[in-house]
Amino acid sequence: MTIRKNIAVSESGFVFDPDNGDSYTLNETGKLIIDMLAEGKTEKEIKNYFTEHYDVDEGTLENNFNDFIIMLKNFNLTENE
Amino acid sequence: MKEKLKYERPIITKINAGVTDKFGMRPKMPAIKEIDGVPVDTIIEKYGSPTFVISEKTIRDTLKEAKRAFTTRYPKVKFAWSYKTNYLNAVCKIFHDEGSWAEVVSGFEYDKALANGVPGNQIIFNGPDKSKEDLIKAAENGSYIHIDHFDELYDIISISETTTKRPKVAIRVNMDTGIYPQWDRFGFNYENGEAWNALNRIMMSDKLELTGLHTHIGTYMMTPEPYAVAASKLAELAVRLERKFNHKIKYIDMGGGFASKNTLKGAYLPGKDTFPGFDKYAEAVSNALINSELDPNEMPVLFLETGRALIDDAGYITGSVLANKRLANGRRSMIIDTGVNMLFTSFWYEHEIYPAKDVSSHAEDTTIYGPLCMNIDVIRSAVKFPLLQKGDKYVIKRTGAYNMTQWMQFITLRPKIILIDTQGNTHVIRENETNESLTSHEKVPEHLNKPKK
Repeated sequence: MTIRKNIAVSESGFVFDPDNGDSYTLNETGKLIIDMLAEGKTEKEIKNYFTEHYDVDEGTLENNFNDFIIMLKNFNLTENE
Repeated sequence: MKEKLKYERPIITKINAGVTDKFGMRPKMPAIKEIDGVPVDTIIEKYGSPTFVISEKTIRDTLKEAKRAFTTRYPKVKFAWSYKTNYLNAVCKIFHDEGSWAEVVSGFEYDKALANGVPGNQIIFNGPDKSKEDLIKAAENGSYIHIDHFDELYDIISISETTTKRPKVAIRVNMDTGIYPQWDRFGFNYENGEAWNALNRIMMSDKLELTGLHTHIGTYMMTPEPYAVAASKLAELAVRLERKFNHKIKYIDMGGGFASKNTLKGAYLPGKDTFPGFDKYAEAVSNALINSELDPNEMPVLFLETGRALIDDAGYITGSVLANKRLANGRRSMIIDTGVNMLFTSFWYEHEIYPAKDVSSHAEDTTIYGPLCMNIDVIRSAVKFPLLQKGDKYVIKRTGAYNMTQWMQFITLRPKIILIDTQGNTHVIRENETNESLTSHEKVPEHLNKPKK
């Protein structure tokens, strides 16, 4: 699961897709996931980081994480794998 | 141990710069954490999810505000509580405690008003459905019977032969007040002379006492002008009665129909911005009556049967999120535990729904569904809503009018209704339903009760 190479993400969570000009905003946790994916972290590593640092249980995180990935795919921001 | 960071569900939201969409723009949504000082979490913990909540303070404050608007402009004003809007006994008793009479539209509501301790001579009996038994009871109790049609008029003349008391009657008048659609199903028409004809028939019969004139021009009236037109026309009828029969009516009843601060579906601006306020309605009605040819020394009492505008703000629903899911187009849908069977007014209002805890400024285009396994169970079809999770609490505002009378048991059982009194104490004023409360009304034929072979 990787983010497309030409997708630009600013520090404030602004996302730009140069292929079609669409732009998006991320909240803090969404930005963190995108950054970690860009660093090449695996899903498991990301989830471990969240449960360790954030006040969230595994079930809720699993649910939310999957939903977020679906939305990234829905917006065509991920590499076809 | 190091304290963990506050978690928020990760989201990515597409920006549609420069284009307004049907979700509109909204800054960070405020939270409703408590109602009249009682925390929402406490309400749900103690009474279950969902729970309907009524604020006694809001009822009393709103009625006082409406009274102030009218009594400062017209010498004699009386409010009659519209039972059909919310006939929970506790709610009715608050209005009666504040001096309101009862306005009822069926034998069932009439008996409810009597049981609430309202004297018969403080009940206004409207509606198209009054049985002969209802009419006899109302006549004997000295209630004010508002005649809806000629068949009812003949019934009353007929029963007046046997009642010990002379029935006190008024007629309901419908008319063109400049609004569309014109309501013409209640009472006698003004423009075609039917109303005047009915009044003449009553006056020619010495069996009935004509006490007043009534109209109910419409519902959710967003402008006060039609009330001025209606009041002028009723005043004109009163003046004609005085000229022809030397008979002075005791009251003019302007019915109900004032808007509330809820937003109608399809409205461009929110209801709280378009609600004219009691002062504007009062100004329109009182100006029309004061400027009419009515005898200034014996002005009739002005009756108001305002329902929605007096109770809507006092009602809340507190409940919980059941689930979040994605629709086929990626839009978020959120399922809550209040359905359209309980929130009947969601068929015509865009109800305001708020989180019960602080949220960030991030929100998603969301469709909010109720818990029913029915496609029509939609509470809000398109709203920018914060990122609540399963189990998080919400509050729906302005649910006091019509929901607790028009709701229906369907698929799920109806929840408790509680009252928060003026001291901040909570009281259950209607228990939640149980399977037993429904099955106790059922009967199973004997042949279906045989034990299985």
